[in-house]
Amino acid sequence: MIPQLFFIYFAFAITGLSLLVVTRKNPVHSVLWMLLLFFHIASLYLFLNAEFMAAMQVIVYAGGILVLFLFVVLLLNLREELRIGKYIGAGPTGFTFALALLVVVIMSLRSFVAAPPGIYSIDLIKSETHAKILGKLMYTEFLYPFEITSLILLVAIIGAIVLAKRRLKT
Amino acid sequence: MVPLSWYMVLSMIVFAIGVFGFLARRNIIIMFMSIELMLNGVNINLIALSHYLQDMRGQILAFFVIAVAAAEAAIGLAIVIALFRNKATAHVDEIKEMQG
Repeated sequence: MIPQLFFIYFAFAITGLSLLVVTRKNPVHSVLWMLLLFFHIASLYLFLNAEFMAAMQVIVYAGGILVLFLFVVLLLNLREELRIGKYIGAGPTGFTFALALLVVVIMSLRSFVAAPPGIYSIDLIKSETHAKILGKLMYTEFLYPFEITSLILLVAIIGAIVLAKRRLKT
Repeated sequence: MVPLSWYMVLSMIVFAIGVFGFLARRNIIIMFMSIELMLNGVNINLIALSHYLQDMRGQILAFFVIAVAAAEAAIGLAIVIALFRNKATAHVDEIKEMQG
């Protein structure tokens, strides 16, 4: 009973916070609501025995990406932002599309059949610790995708510098 | 024990809210935040499936999703800064040079 209540609280909090993120007029408020949303999602990961992913969620999303967003929001003209309407003309179409997508996928959920469980049971994760199991898999079976990820991040760094730097006058 | 389908419905709701924000908002920074919301919805689904199917591959996929989200945020916000330099606006309905 307690786990269900816990999940219901987090489900309602996450839904409400995501709605607040996309409906606030002031972008700074949106970013701050999103910070709270990421902490709730991290707690949900803890609830699923994924403590390393919860730490990653807090460090990368809340500590890295949101600070980046907050810096870019500083560029905005907030007074004009608060005066002008927040939705474009195609807003109702977007709402209908998102609602239709939600209904279709939730209806298709009934035909979901779970695969047979794998070897990483909760007892194994508890005895070996989560980060150790994840690290072992990451550096053996998934080494090649891991290296490609480092290349993606390098390309992102170079691309961000090239896009954001001021053009030199020749 | 919480059923798996609850987690999947929650992740779909977060994803649909992200789709709505991306399609309906005027501000381009909020649109990028909606993309992050969609990626988070997918991550909830991946980690819940990984826990219930007792397989670690879902969490490794979620790890890669986080890395790609970081790269995407860096590139996207650099594009926003370049846009500010050229057009001095963050509203998507004022950017219409490409429609010919």
